[in-house]
Amino acid sequence: MFYQESGQFSTRYRQDGRALRLWQQRAALWALLLLAFGLLPFIGNDYWFSAILIPFLVLSLAGLGLNLLTGYAGQLSLGSAAFMAVGAFASYKLQFLLPGLPLLLSFVAGGVVAAIVGVVFGLPSLRIKGFYLLVSTLAAQFFVEWLLTKFAWFSNGNESGVITAPPLLVAGHDFGSPAGRYLLTLSVVLPLFVLAANLVRSSLGRNWMAVRDMDTAAAVIGIPILRTKLLAFAISSFILGVAGSLWAFTYLGTVEPHGFDLSRSFQVLFIIILGGMGSILGNFLGAAFIVLLPIVLSILSGSLLSGVLPAGQLENLQKIIFGVLIILFLIKEPDGLARLWQGWRARARLWPLRF
Amino acid sequence: MSFFMEVLLGGLLAGVMYSLVAIGFVLIYKASGVFNFAQGSMVLFAALTFVSLLERGLPFWLSFVISLLSMLLLALLLERLVLRHLVNRPPITLFMATLGLSYVVEGVAQALWGAQVHGLDLGIEDTPLELGGLMLSRFDLFAAASAGLLVLLLSLLFNKTRIGLSLRAVADDQLAALAVGIRLQRMWVLVWAVAGLVGLVAGLLWGARLGVQFSLSLIVLKALPVLIIGGFTSIGGAIVGGLIVGASEKLAEVYLGPLLSGGIENWFPYVLALLFLLLRPAGLFGERAIERV
Repeated sequence: MFYQESGQFSTRYRQDGRALRLWQQRAALWALLLLAFGLLPFIGNDYWFSAILIPFLVLSLAGLGLNLLTGYAGQLSLGSAAFMAVGAFASYKLQFLLPGLPLLLSFVAGGVVAAIVGVVFGLPSLRIKGFYLLVSTLAAQFFVEWLLTKFAWFSNGNESGVITAPPLLVAGHDFGSPAGRYLLTLSVVLPLFVLAANLVRSSLGRNWMAVRDMDTAAAVIGIPILRTKLLAFAISSFILGVAGSLWAFTYLGTVEPHGFDLSRSFQVLFIIILGGMGSILGNFLGAAFIVLLPIVLSILSGSLLSGVLPAGQLENLQKIIFGVLIILFLIKEPDGLARLWQGWRARARLWPLRF
Repeated sequence: MSFFMEVLLGGLLAGVMYSLVAIGFVLIYKASGVFNFAQGSMVLFAALTFVSLLERGLPFWLSFVISLLSMLLLALLLERLVLRHLVNRPPITLFMATLGLSYVVEGVAQALWGAQVHGLDLGIEDTPLELGGLMLSRFDLFAAASAGLLVLLLSLLFNKTRIGLSLRAVADDQLAALAVGIRLQRMWVLVWAVAGLVGLVAGLLWGARLGVQFSLSLIVLKALPVLIIGGFTSIGGAIVGGLIVGASEKLAEVYLGPLLSGGIENWFPYVLALLFLLLRPAGLFGERAIERV
């Protein structure tokens, strides 16, 4: 039915190198962008922006960061939240140390600081592999949380380490309203996704995948393991750092170090398991799933089970459903929602024929 | 000097409690190659079941047996519903499946027995005992003794029985074990159930110390550095690792903590484990992996 490729040939090398080679794909992307930038800010309401769209975008970005490290470079990490925290607190502190620092620049600076911390905790990965590497990332997780809680310098003297976002001014415009925060988040998240989508197609991305599949073999064919692994840690932490800044500045506004605890790391890990390891699109799907599932569950239980289920049980039920879904996905569809989407597209291409 | 000895001994005894949790990991890792993140939730589940039964008026031994049976049931279900479908998958997938499993077990435990803190009294007074001029906790000594007994029983099981022989064969080479007629799946159930037993003992000791509550499942995070230092495949390593972590953690908290404004016990074991790993990437007693292309 949808024989999209027919008649579309590359006549130049540049066309062969495109990320989206079919005009239908490019048109769909432009339509999506138009929807996200042109339509949603006008028709969405505050609840949609604050409770669904902004966390969805920020978590997609965090998932992207971890996916580059775990899904593409094969380095298991349970410290994503720590790098998010570093990004958030670095952006915040730099705003104070350098008054007048543009907001977007402070996001980037926060990401750079997170990247440096990421490289430090990624250094052991050269000698330690597999599960043993979990220790390094967990050390990062606990050490950063402790550091930010214990030393008030990072939060400008707040005893419990709480930071509050400065006014969100970009080039003189105030992006403080829900729709404004949504637009700001979107315009930070999308370029990073474009960057990452192209990065994994580059030679660096191929090196990552070679290291993931077997690092000894990768070393034998001449891939510089040291540089490849550390770049994975640096770029992944940079993206996580920016995601952390956005989480603190545009989503929550006020955040404490315990907001970036181990369960946040798990949340990011679940995004990439459910969405699909080693997939760019999967981050969006996984994040949408993670953001929407609790909302859908509470609506469902509110209408179906009201009175039957005690209030405290909802959380337990959510936990069980989450765990079961993770196991089910790992058994049935290890490549996650992204693979399901691909499978659906492959079938839609042939519909109504079967082969 | 005697203060130093007291801190050291106290740390060593606390370390035994860490080892208890770590042993559960080692058992499962050896037999099925699964890094079982759900061990902490299994500890919680076992302890919660035991305490709730005790509170409903069941005698001690009956609660213990029922808790043990529930762990066996858990192992059976797990093998049938999860492990069987994940044969031959990469270890990272199995690890993430146990992450999901830990969510399910925690959710079920709390849905069944509630989320409030249960006190647990094992009938041992926690009065200090003076031994050769050193003050030691009576409870810690008891915990160490039960850990020692458990390890003795486990090593008897592993070294002197037919089941132990099969388990060692499975740990050595799953394919060869299958070829000589060992039923792999039955062995998995068995080893998960034994890990459940270890979890139950650990849960009772920890629960008597901290109260049986949700945070019990977080001791998995304490056991991880222990495991790393000792190596994933050695029960002896788990004990030594536990002692090292326990002692150094207490010493660091007492001597280093004040310099760093305290609260360092959360991350110190990890940094310690990291240092050990940089010297020996497979832990103290772990099997060194030979890499082939």
